[in-house]
Amino acid sequence: MRRLLFKSFVQGTLTEPAPAPDERALAELAARVSQASHRRLGRALSIREVDAGSCNGCELEIHALGNVLYDLERFGLRFVASPRHADVLLVTGPVSVNMREALERTYRATPDPKWVVACGDCARDGGLYAASPACVGGVSKVLPVDLHIPGCPPTPVVLLRGLLALLESVAADARGGGT
Amino acid sequence: MPTPNWQRSIKRREDWEQAAARLQDGELALLGLWGEPGFAHMALMEQTTDACVVLSVECPANRYPSVGRVHAPAIRPERALRDLVGLEPEGLPDTRPWLRHDGDYRFLPAEGESLHQIPVGPVHAGIIEPGHFRFTANGETVVRLEERLGYAHKGVNALMAGASLERAAALAGRLSGDSTVACSLAFAQAVEAALELEIPPRAAWLRALLAELERLANHLGDIGAVCNDAAFAILHAQFGLLRERVLRAADACFGHRLMMDRVVPGGVSCDLPPDGERRLRALVAQVRKDFPDLIEVYENTASLKDRTVGTGILTPALARQYAAGGFVGRASGRDFDARRTPGYAPYEALHFEVPVVHAGDVNARVWIRIREVEQSLALIEQILARLPPGSLACPDGPRSGRDAGEGAALVEGFRGDIFAWVRITPDGRVERCHLRDPSWFQWPLLEAAIEGNIVADFPLCNKSFNCSYSGHDL
Repeated sequence: MRRLLFKSFVQGTLTEPAPAPDERALAELAARVSQASHRRLGRALSIREVDAGSCNGCELEIHALGNVLYDLERFGLRFVASPRHADVLLVTGPVSVNMREALERTYRATPDPKWVVACGDCARDGGLYAASPACVGGVSKVLPVDLHIPGCPPTPVVLLRGLLALLESVAADARGGGT
Repeated sequence: MPTPNWQRSIKRREDWEQAAARLQDGELALLGLWGEPGFAHMALMEQTTDACVVLSVECPANRYPSVGRVHAPAIRPERALRDLVGLEPEGLPDTRPWLRHDGDYRFLPAEGESLHQIPVGPVHAGIIEPGHFRFTANGETVVRLEERLGYAHKGVNALMAGASLERAAALAGRLSGDSTVACSLAFAQAVEAALELEIPPRAAWLRALLAELERLANHLGDIGAVCNDAAFAILHAQFGLLRERVLRAADACFGHRLMMDRVVPGGVSCDLPPDGERRLRALVAQVRKDFPDLIEVYENTASLKDRTVGTGILTPALARQYAAGGFVGRASGRDFDARRTPGYAPYEALHFEVPVVHAGDVNARVWIRIREVEQSLALIEQILARLPPGSLACPDGPRSGRDAGEGAALVEGFRGDIFAWVRITPDGRVERCHLRDPSWFQWPLLEAAIEGNIVADFPLCNKSFNCSYSGHDL
């Protein structure tokens, strides 16, 4: 244990991704996210993730946002345990018929102002499952969606870019005197 | 190689009932139970000889004799079959719907003094899949847990019917995203069995490379996540870092972090790039260097071990009855691994051990993963050293084989054996397909393992099982 702590201490911070393009994207995102979110929401944006029938691929990559290389919380973005604490619902999956009511209730439990992000190709329009009677076919069939993040599943960097885009639109709303 | 023939035979009612009785006696293990209009099917394995067969029974007036009546592991598959195909299992003890959610659902009662219920889900506090858990507790102690699943039901079997092989392969690769390689492999092997296709050796070895990378990534993530659920954050962070390194190496070598759509019927859709071997050897070296220190911390932190040792015990008898695959079964004494039995290429040419322990607690399930990480690292090195040259797929893809047919396969994913069965029509489409995730025979055991534990240990038990919701919900 002491050895592990010592090693962690001397190796310095790991929160800088190794591959060059990712590093640039993240560094760029780090600066822009903090400015935009600060303008509208102070320092933080709280996200409630809702799996509305995904294959769990999206969840794996959303989880990865929290690892030490991406360290989501440094951007002022964090996942919360209850929709009542959330500003954003990050919804995955084609919205199975069996999850529709739970998704609607989660949305109603989220205080205003709130934003909905549809994460992944299934959440956009049902994807592979669009024709299934067991699926509603995309988050926008159930909730007003502010942003779609594409990918099957979206990589952590793509997820971060998407959340940034949301922050920008939120900030633009604020400048225009909207919600 | 002992590839099973999986020839399906249509049995009389009495023979079907006799097979059910042999399941009850523990002579057979249930690998899957599914159906189509007019017929119910089940895949079975002899416990002593490991011989595998698929049996069918005709369902006049949509009825057939229930297997769940005498063999509890068949109850949920039969409830699902009733929901999806409308076949009525005669004598099924639990007739509530399972994957179809309409109308009221009555949870099983628990009676006694001072009991209270705790409903959890389908939307959970963490970033996990949807499912409902109904706890009945006496103070802190769980008296009964009942799961209600099906929230992630997407109608996969119905979408498979009539789909092109390409589309069906994409659906199979998304049955459970964390097992995308293994699910794709199970589907591909079933198709190849149906069409009597023989894939090039290089394709088989690359498939094993992808599969071991997937196992490595998931086990690393799981070990960290169990520590996290015992509020030990530093190991979660360290294992999360190792997992991320595996995913990045997978992305660099094969163009997708989870390696989706890389295993396809007839072969693989990717090759190891020129610097792939160097990249993967560096990954193995890095994990080999960091992993032992982390395991030492896990093993020597009393507050952490206090949470995992003796918690959520699954008895060997239940693991055997349910033919529980993967770390759930192997942590409770069930010595089974589909890579070895029935076995498939190239594992007969590779050296690996299948770790088995008997304690059946959270700690045992962690330790099976630890041992399997070591085995997967060794397998990756062996594959890299001996990867045969040659083509990546059959020259004419799946069309290289015969036109139509039926086939099945059993493949070892990170969480256990995945069974796949497929029937292909002469125009090259999937007529029927059924994929059985290992979770079908693990979820019910979680209910047993949590009994008598405290509610606060449920996340720990649940994570140590890490069953798939999507894979189960179809």
